[in-house]
Amino acid sequence: MQPDKNPVREVLMKIENLKTYFPVKKGVFKRTVGHVKAVDGVSLDVFRGETLGIVGESGCGKTTLGKTILRLCSASEGSVKYQFPDGEQDILQLKGTELDRARKSLQIVFQDPYSSLNPAFTIFGSFADPLRKFGVKKRKEQEEIVAKLLADVNLPRDYMTRYPNEFSGGQRQRIGIARALSVNPELIVCDEAVSALDVSIQAQVLKLLKKLQNEHNLTYLFITHDLSVVEYVADRIAVMYLGKVVELAETDELFKHTLHPYTKALLSAIPIADITRKRKRIPLQGDVPSPVNPPAGCPFHPRCKYCTDRCRTDAPLLTPGTSEGQIHYVSCHHAQEIAEGRME
Amino acid sequence: MQHHTHEVILEIKNLDVNFYTNQRCNKALRGVSFSMRKGKTLCIVGESGCGKSVTANSIMQLLPELSRIESGSITYQSKKGEIRIDTLKRNGQQMRRIRGKEIAMIFQDPMTALNPVFTVGFQIDEMIRSHNAVSKRAAAKKSVSLLKDMGVSLPEQRVHEYPHQYSGGMRQRAMIAMAMACSPNVLIADEPTTALDVTIQAQIFELMLELKVKKDMAILLITHDMGVVAEMADDVAVMYMGNIVESGTAEQVLASPAHPYTRALLLSIPVLGKGKNQKLEPIRGTTPDPYNRPPGCQFAPRCDYASPVCLEQMPPETDLGEGHMVRCFNYKEISHAAR
Amino acid sequence: MGSKALARKMDRLLEKENQGLLKSSNISRSLRKLTANSLAISGLVLFIIMVGACIAAPLLSSYGPNAIDLRNRLSPPGSGHILGTDQIGRDIFTRILYGGRISIFVGLGSALGAALIGISLGTYAGYRRGWLDSIIMKTSEIMMSFPQIILVSILVTIVGQSLWNLILIFILTGWPSMYRMARSQMLSIRELEYIQALQAFGIGSFTISFKHMLPNAIGPIFVNITLSTAMFILQEAALSFLGLGVPLEQATWGNILNVAQDLNILRNAWWVWLPVGLVITFFVLAINFVGDGLRDAADPTQAG
Repeated sequence: MQPDKNPVREVLMKIENLKTYFPVKKGVFKRTVGHVKAVDGVSLDVFRGETLGIVGESGCGKTTLGKTILRLCSASEGSVKYQFPDGEQDILQLKGTELDRARKSLQIVFQDPYSSLNPAFTIFGSFADPLRKFGVKKRKEQEEIVAKLLADVNLPRDYMTRYPNEFSGGQRQRIGIARALSVNPELIVCDEAVSALDVSIQAQVLKLLKKLQNEHNLTYLFITHDLSVVEYVADRIAVMYLGKVVELAETDELFKHTLHPYTKALLSAIPIADITRKRKRIPLQGDVPSPVNPPAGCPFHPRCKYCTDRCRTDAPLLTPGTSEGQIHYVSCHHAQEIAEGRME
Repeated sequence: MQHHTHEVILEIKNLDVNFYTNQRCNKALRGVSFSMRKGKTLCIVGESGCGKSVTANSIMQLLPELSRIESGSITYQSKKGEIRIDTLKRNGQQMRRIRGKEIAMIFQDPMTALNPVFTVGFQIDEMIRSHNAVSKRAAAKKSVSLLKDMGVSLPEQRVHEYPHQYSGGMRQRAMIAMAMACSPNVLIADEPTTALDVTIQAQIFELMLELKVKKDMAILLITHDMGVVAEMADDVAVMYMGNIVESGTAEQVLASPAHPYTRALLLSIPVLGKGKNQKLEPIRGTTPDPYNRPPGCQFAPRCDYASPVCLEQMPPETDLGEGHMVRCFNYKEISHAAR
Repeated sequence: MGSKALARKMDRLLEKENQGLLKSSNISRSLRKLTANSLAISGLVLFIIMVGACIAAPLLSSYGPNAIDLRNRLSPPGSGHILGTDQIGRDIFTRILYGGRISIFVGLGSALGAALIGISLGTYAGYRRGWLDSIIMKTSEIMMSFPQIILVSILVTIVGQSLWNLILIFILTGWPSMYRMARSQMLSIRELEYIQALQAFGIGSFTISFKHMLPNAIGPIFVNITLSTAMFILQEAALSFLGLGVPLEQATWGNILNVAQDLNILRNAWWVWLPVGLVITFFVLAINFVGDGLRDAADPTQAG
């Protein structure tokens, strides 16, 4: 592990105790009978210029987390403090023109290249409204900007007059990236940005994202279920389970000294395209519990082989520990014992 | 072509399939040949549109209306002798008898195979009773034991539940239970775990491996994920634009790939554990338009090793020994360059 | 299609493809499917002929629609009067042509009016959801649960009988189904990622719903307008037959039919009611064929 180049990193965004609950409504009068606790108390720091990977299985709240930060879902509790050029502000409290300014700083790239572009509009048409909104009114200027953005994602200028159905998945995804870049954002949430692409195209888009990060000094929040991809792109990784972050560390550290039993099982379940490496799989029993009624205590305890009485009643907190000088957060009562092999 | 230690149960030779939708003719499969062996898993791997699902659907005669098998043969070795599946009527009695009883299929989305208005138990019963003359009660008992075998907890209660009450992984188990209802000799699994989480995927694969060994079943697993191939396959066939470009055992294809496409594919995916600084080499360009195919080798326009002959004709199948087949004119040069 | 016909179709395509004759056409798939649908095309031709004839009525007939000729009452088809005359000697053929103008105007006008209201509300409320949507939804449910004929009777007694009032009534009773259709379209479109992308840019609700979402729902909307036109023409005929529609002195298809209430005419003067009945039938049939053709063409699940 190489020593950190700039040890004092600037915190770009500070997520504190963020909760996003969706009401579950039933009956004729739509009474709220419960809540889907999609994001249930997440605290994270995002550093400027880094790629923070958010991984987890479906239903763990990773996508909702991204959308809450962008105000596409409304949060129930908590704060997202962001370092805007003119000072820190809580994104969740912004309104009107202030919120519009925030949208210039934060953008999103979506999963499905086939539904992320409007089929009724040319590529230029998909860019025009956002550009107009942020002050580029003249068509000539707009065209110049779109051409430049397309060039940034290695696409020719004349694509702007064509319709989305003429493009392949990979090309559409690049257009989606270019659209996110159109307002010069600082932070881009990549929500499963390569998951829907063919394997041979995935690599193109991943490399492009890395290139753009260098050129535009971008910060990525890279949300995915694919640990192999996140290992390749992310500087740090946060593992989510049932709306909570269960482990957070530098990428190499996380893969080298995996602490949380869930992360271990997740890693062992991933098929590796290398037949020379055979690993022991840690089988996980059962399914992820419903986020409407998450289990008491540690959310992972019903599937955990190290589960003790304490885990059933007492929810562990995400606490920092250190190993070999690296800060490694984990939320498990028995992390230390498991790491030292004292528990079987 | 392959080792003779295991009996061949299904053999496909020179299969050509065309699609005729949108007033065009799409030559979806060209000269596809492979054989499946009892107690072995054959993985067909390829990107979207390569024809891997078409191959599976051809075996089951589940192709859409405006498409047909142009030439080639699909031969199934039943207990009563050879059956040429390609000559059977699509929905004839013989074909229906084969479907489910001899060859069963599971799909990516279990919801398409399970009827939402009937209980899971009822649907498995139906499957058993349509192929075997057994009483309702015996069928119901079998359903419970099947679900139990598939690792569904509390099967006595869960047979009375509807598909929407099952989780994604459980639904896939229920679908496998249905597929296994008549103990088929061949199981075709078309991306069975693509919609599932990795931990659930691991559970389903565990189950499939168990079934393969216990029932000496031949499994055709269709996937786009090289990792899945490495985990599951005994034999591998790599498809690109309607052709099998390389086939052989998993060791042969994954450890010493001979076709440039296989090699490029393996180099373009991030591999877990190789860290942040692993080198990814994207395949340049995009897959060609199926209506505007390159005249020669389909991969030639994207291939780093393409020579003039590659642009003119499709390379023939070359046997590299021990069943390792490749369709490439320049494979020697490539394996040389790799070393 | 039978299996043999299918095989022949596939052979033909294969041969052409091998000769390199088939090219990806620039015409959209939907348009090609529509032109291949012979029923829809014949419907369209019939529709154009009938509308054209109604517009060109003064050129096709020398009589006036309300010209009374008491010497030629109830004369059967033949010399002078192609389709005969009615009980006060008006030329039936002329009345059908001029009546068509009003009937088609009522049908199309009501459908467009109902669409304007229903779709505007549906587009915006379907995108925004919330209380606005609930209120409009409940209102539309109430409107749709009234038996329409009673609603019309009540409204006619309140606002009186006139052409414009009839259109107004049709719009009032017709918008809920348009609203629901537009709303359901919007509900599925609003979940698409490009809408979320626009939201992430902070684009306003009006722009998103009307500029970015509505064009993607135009197919089903168009189908709905065509089919509603046919429905309103039938309703106009039914209401006029009952005497609740357009005032009787104005010729409409329904008003021509109205006289068939007289048992004597119904029995002895078939030319008064049968031709106009057939005209209504064929016109509505033509519109329905076109509408169904449009729907099939827009449906991506049907191969072609």
